[in-house]
Amino acid sequence: MTTMSMIQAVNSAMAVMLSRDPKVVVFGEDVGYFGGVFRATEGLQKTFGKNRCFDTPISEGGIVGAAIGMGAYGMRPVVEIQFADYIYPAFDQLASEAARIRYRSAGEFTVPITVRSPYGGGIFGGQTHSQSPEGLFTHVVGLKVVIPSTPYDAKGLLISSIEDDDPVIFLEPKRLYSGPFEGHSDGAVKSWSTHPASEVPEGHYRVPLGQAAVVREGAEVTVLAYGTMVHVALAATRDSGMDAEVIDLRSLIPLDVDTIVKSVSKTGRCVIVHEATRTSGFGAELAAIVQKHCFFDLEAPIERVTGWDTPYPHAFEWQYFPGPARVAEAMRQVAAG
Amino acid sequence: MLDSRHRANHADHALAAQDVRAAVLELRIPEPAARAGQPVDFSKLKLSAPGAVRRPAVAAVADSMHDLAYGLIRVLDDNGAAIGPWVPELPSAALAAGLRSMLRTRAFDDRMYRAQRQGKASFYVKCTGEEAIAVSQALALENTDMLFPSYRQQGLLIARGYPILKMMGQVYSNTLDPLKGRQMPVMYSSREHGFFSVSGNLGTQFIQAVGWAMASALSGDSRIAASWIGEGTTAEGDFHYALTFASVYRAPVILNVVNNQWAISSFQGIAGGEAAPFAARGIGYGLPALRVDGNDFLAVYAVTRWAAARARANLGATLIEHVTYRSEGHSTSDDPSRYRAADEASKWPLGDPIERLKRHLIARGEWSEARHEALQNEVKQEIRALQREAEASGTLEANTTHSPKTMFEDVYKDMDWRLQRQRQEAGF
Repeated sequence: MTTMSMIQAVNSAMAVMLSRDPKVVVFGEDVGYFGGVFRATEGLQKTFGKNRCFDTPISEGGIVGAAIGMGAYGMRPVVEIQFADYIYPAFDQLASEAARIRYRSAGEFTVPITVRSPYGGGIFGGQTHSQSPEGLFTHVVGLKVVIPSTPYDAKGLLISSIEDDDPVIFLEPKRLYSGPFEGHSDGAVKSWSTHPASEVPEGHYRVPLGQAAVVREGAEVTVLAYGTMVHVALAATRDSGMDAEVIDLRSLIPLDVDTIVKSVSKTGRCVIVHEATRTSGFGAELAAIVQKHCFFDLEAPIERVTGWDTPYPHAFEWQYFPGPARVAEAMRQVAAG
Repeated sequence: MLDSRHRANHADHALAAQDVRAAVLELRIPEPAARAGQPVDFSKLKLSAPGAVRRPAVAAVADSMHDLAYGLIRVLDDNGAAIGPWVPELPSAALAAGLRSMLRTRAFDDRMYRAQRQGKASFYVKCTGEEAIAVSQALALENTDMLFPSYRQQGLLIARGYPILKMMGQVYSNTLDPLKGRQMPVMYSSREHGFFSVSGNLGTQFIQAVGWAMASALSGDSRIAASWIGEGTTAEGDFHYALTFASVYRAPVILNVVNNQWAISSFQGIAGGEAAPFAARGIGYGLPALRVDGNDFLAVYAVTRWAAARARANLGATLIEHVTYRSEGHSTSDDPSRYRAADEASKWPLGDPIERLKRHLIARGEWSEARHEALQNEVKQEIRALQREAEASGTLEANTTHSPKTMFEDVYKDMDWRLQRQRQEAGF
């Protein structure tokens, strides 16, 4: 065990897989010599050589398209899209190709690729460096969508994603790279070193896809969250003094529906939190699942706390970000309902 | 100041200084030389005489051959003689095999087109007039090389010996369909035959082929990749991605643009083909770029061997523009008589690829009209018999498909709970 930040855990996952599996190759914009703009691939080219970790042109469609071809050859590419906001040029290759090739070839060709990308706000990135596009990918059948919230999970989930034989969109909450951010924009910046989930094994281990984590047990209300919002939900629980059960989904596709249903059936109340815009967000799917499976246990309408349905505004980041105060307010409302 | 000689030579492009003055701006919307009801006009098509274009050494640098993107590599002359520096070394038996594959492809297209018209299939795409490209390139490549085709390279599969019965099963979506009725007709896939699953989204396979080639090079393999798109698809970003990656990483791949003049109703000028040949796009990427007579079986073979030799020697990718003509509609959902002159196909200056190879074999003393007719009949009988056999396993009309239960499989390697529950909900 050693203490790692989330960015170090992501780096460690790739290093472990590069040394274990000669078919793994890592590439993207600035990831080779420089080690990535967030340092996720730092040292990988030096350690494993240019054939295993290299730079690409600024061409997200090209990066993903080439990765699909490599996957068809039998390699296991791990590519970085520098910001999730830049992933749209690759959307055709992801939605029409990566997601469909196993199906349309009746299993003859597969796409065992992992597309890593930093997402979310909290770094004053404005509307082109802050987006949370997970809902666009959960809507595409054939893709898996994974979002970690701690260094331990980041490494274990990324290893599982790389080993997975289907295409995985691995979204990394960039505000969590260096510390567990709870949404108090005026608070002191915390580092991962004092957080229990920064204890990370140096070698190989997996956190399975499709298993949510109950990060806090409680009786009053269930809070469903992922990524940065897990920490915000915990802060809201503490700030409000409420006995909330906080569930970290960890992977949206496949989704651990049993853990969700079990919890909401117990508490009878549900708040869904995500940073992405509300309309047609993944929270809508969660709300539909909860009402379908827990209808007779629900004591109050389900509440969603999300980013507003606007682009991510630069100067109004903290008015946009669904922070602990808004989450706590929703919890109180649902508990009173 | 441009002199008058220069102006005369470049009347379409250059303006004398006195002509350049501010004006009310107007947008040019390109139009083809002839639409329906107008006389055929191929006067703007730039041709070279057979044998006239030089053949650079395989190891020549790309910078030294820009002229090849503007000429037209041709081997067969009007009498069926093979002339010039690109004449390939091909035994007559190989040419006869190529002729047979082209005839089988054409007969197969003909039967499947009719089957669609009879309601036995939802859709079909013929490659009539373009058979030489796929068939000759399949012959020029190794069977282990990987192909990333568009939907009009059925000749690749046929030339590689893929069972036509299975292709028919795919077109009918019946129980013979290896793809279990999941894909529209003609979107074949065969890992065994090195034929990548055809996409209906245009151009995506171009950069995938480059990725496959990069993987082959990274793995120290000896296999190369090839891909095909139409001239209309060069306007897609994937074309640019593919050429950029192929150039940057010197990937062992052959990138083919099949310029059949028409993208549904849009003539090649709508994709920018009037401003410069599609082959010339390669120059800006530093890639060797060849423009070849796509209806000349020998020329297509020769340029493909040249490009493959470069790729196998770590000299990287080649862009090839095949100049051909789409003799039939884009698909069974298209009616070309609405947008182009009816007799364009018969007046296409580069003729028909099957006729031209036949003439060459006859000129070589290896073939005759009588033998050709006999082969044609034999192939027709073979395809008809296969069609009867295929239809015994069902057609779309007769709805003899795989179980609908299978539509929930292969979305992921392992079916997740959603799909299991939805399959139950659907009643399978």
